[in-house]
Formats: sequence, C-alpha cells, structure tokens
Amino acid sequence: MKLTLRVWRQKNADDDGAMSTYEVDGISPDMSFLEMLDTLNEELILRGEDPVAFDHDCREGICGACSLVINGDAHGPERTTTCQLHMRSFRDGDRIDIEPWRASAFPVIKDLVVDRSAFDRIIQAGGYITAPTGSAPEAHATAVPKPDADLAFEHAECIGCGACVAACPNGAAMLFTSAKINHLNVLPQGAPERETRVLDMVAQMDEEGFGGCTLAGECATACPKGIPLVSITGMNKEWLRATRKVAKH
Amino acid sequence: MWEFCGMARTDSGLRKALGRIPQIREEFWRRIKVPGTGEEFNQSLEKANRVVDYLELAELMCLDALHRAESCGGHFREESQTPEGEAARRDEEFAYAAAWEFTGTGEAPVLHREDLVFEYVHPTQRSYA
Ligand code: SF4
Ligand code: FES
Repeated sequence: MKLTLRVWRQKNADDDGAMSTYEVDGISPDMSFLEMLDTLNEELILRGEDPVAFDHDCREGICGACSLVINGDAHGPERTTTCQLHMRSFRDGDRIDIEPWRASAFPVIKDLVVDRSAFDRIIQAGGYITAPTGSAPEAHATAVPKPDADLAFEHAECIGCGACVAACPNGAAMLFTSAKINHLNVLPQGAPERETRVLDMVAQMDEEGFGGCTLAGECATACPKGIPLVSITGMNKEWLRATRKVAKH
Repeated sequence: MWEFCGMARTDSGLRKALGRIPQIREEFWRRIKVPGTGEEFNQSLEKANRVVDYLELAELMCLDALHRAESCGGHFREESQTPEGEAARRDEEFAYAAAWEFTGTGEAPVLHREDLVFEYVHPTQRSYA
C-alpha cells in the first residue's frame, strides 16, 4: 500500500506545531498502525530527519499508552486501540491525518506525545482501597453478588488511554473518572472510601482543567474498552449521595 | 542469546556468546546514529540506552549461566543431566542465589553468594521414572 500521511509535528510544548506531509510505500495491510509509523520513522532516520515521536508500550491493547487521533477519530476508524488497528482498515492511496490527543489538560510534549499525568493525579486522589490486601484472599471470604462483580469488572477494563477526553467536545474526563469510581465503589473492598473517593476524584478532575459533561456521548463511542455512557450517570449518583451523606455528619 | 543462552546451554556455547557480545558492543558504539540531542524529549535516545542496557544484561546472563555448572529450574546445562535426561542439580556446590555486583562495562562483576537454606522441604532430583 502507498499512503500519504499528514502528521502533526511539534518540537516541544512551546512550539506552535503544524501538519507535515509524508509519503510511505510498501505498507502491508497486515501491519498495525504503529508498525506503519515505525516504517515511516526508519525512513526519516535514514534521511537524517527527526523521527515522529509517538507513545506506545504493550502494543497489545492493554496499557493505554498509544494515543492518536486518526482522521479526526480517537484511535481511528475501528473501535480499538491504535496499536490494534491494522492497515487493512485503510485503502491503497488513502490520505491519513494523524494528530495527538487534543485537550487542554493533556499538553503536547512532542509531536504526537501528550502528557497524561492528569489521569495519574485523579487516580491518586481516590483510585485505591485502604484495606490491607496481603496475599490473594480466599475467593469466598468476601461475598460479592455476581452482577456487582460483573459491573466492577466492566469498569476495571478502562486502560486510561484518554480517548474519551480526546473525543469529547468539552475535553471532559468523566468517562474515565466514572470508570475508576464505579469499579471500586460497587465492591465491598471499596466501601470504606466510597464517599471520599468520588468527592476527591471529581474535585481533582475539575482542578486538572477537564471540562464538564453535556452528554454528547462521544466518549463512549470512542472508548476502545466499551465503557458505557451510563457510567457517568452512576458517578453523578455516587457524587450526590456522597455530598448528602457528608453534609449530614 | 537465542542460540547460546536459551533453554539449553553448554560451556562452549556460553563462551562463544561471551566472546561475541564485546564485538557487538564495539560495533554498536562504532555505528550507532541517534537523531536529536540529549537536551530534549528524545525517544531514539531512549531506545539506544535500552540497547546498551540489554548488552550488559546479556553479558551477565551468559556469565552467570557459565558459572552455574549445574542444571536447575529453567537453567539447563547440557553437561549436567541425569541418565534420563533430566536436569541434574548439584546442590552441594550451587545452593545459593548469585548476586552479581556491577563494576563497570566490560569489567568482571563480583559474585556475592546468598546461601539458600531449606528447613522443611528440601530440593530433590526430579525424576519421572
Ligand atoms: S474510559 Fe475508555 S476511552 Fe476513557 S480512558 Fe478509559 S479506556 Fe480510554
Ligand atoms: S500500546 Fe498498549 S494499548 Fe496500545
């Protein structure tokens, strides 16, 4: 396959940045999107040019590091992570636009790499339990109803990629934050911090400069792990409950 | 590493690998080309640093595998096997964890032995016979 790539190039956080055009040839439809970029970078290095910086780690859809807006869509045309997107989703001769996540809370570090440490700080604000866990406890020691376990697991699938923020017209992080809160708040292990967790994580989310939710629903459409939009409703419910409970004390 | 320090290792293979790695390191430093500088966000430099680390680690793995002349766990020295082809342990000589102290690239590391003491369950020779 022969492709024309328009790639966002930005030297550093202070640089204005602009799209640059590159041609790549000999791309196999079986390559992943990142392997296609590796091919481009090998050529750039041989030509003595600066390779395109982009984030990646596991390349198997579980770490959440890879993060590209491809033709305007977070993670591109398939509902998966950029690393699990294959070139067979494109056609020979296509022009592909590649940009970083765009959100004021995710400043660009270089080219396609953004700083997502705001997510880490949201987790630090409450994405943990304080009960000592020790080694794996006996599975039946704490009874968890099956629907609760399923709900927790569904939310634990969030890999923190940030596609929800990139897709949101408000740059909101509510899908991510709700995934983390619902994951722990539904389980007995997470119960002791149920109120402080939601209050602290939402406060941190606001402090990081993420926008608010207007139920556009773009996040749930872009999410490679299928975190549903109702998770946000669940978080709002938890937040209301917590504010009332804390006010009573 | 695949060829000489894989699942099955031999004295001569490990010595061959230990001869090859300094050559690869020399070639690496002679031919390496890293775009950009160290003063900026530089993923190419990050990768080059990892290769340097891997060369050190590879060398140490071969050295340790050569030093441990017994077979044990995932370390199978072809010279040390039972008549049935099982890994032959030599606990009298090797019942310790080897912690190697780094003394500089290409320098011989210093061995610190941490003896393994088994109070209740003692290691035995595996045998399916
Ligand atoms: S909710 Fe989905 S899109 Fe958002 S960070 Fe988690 S996995 Fe990524
Ligand atoms: S590189 Fe880990 S999810 Fe894509």
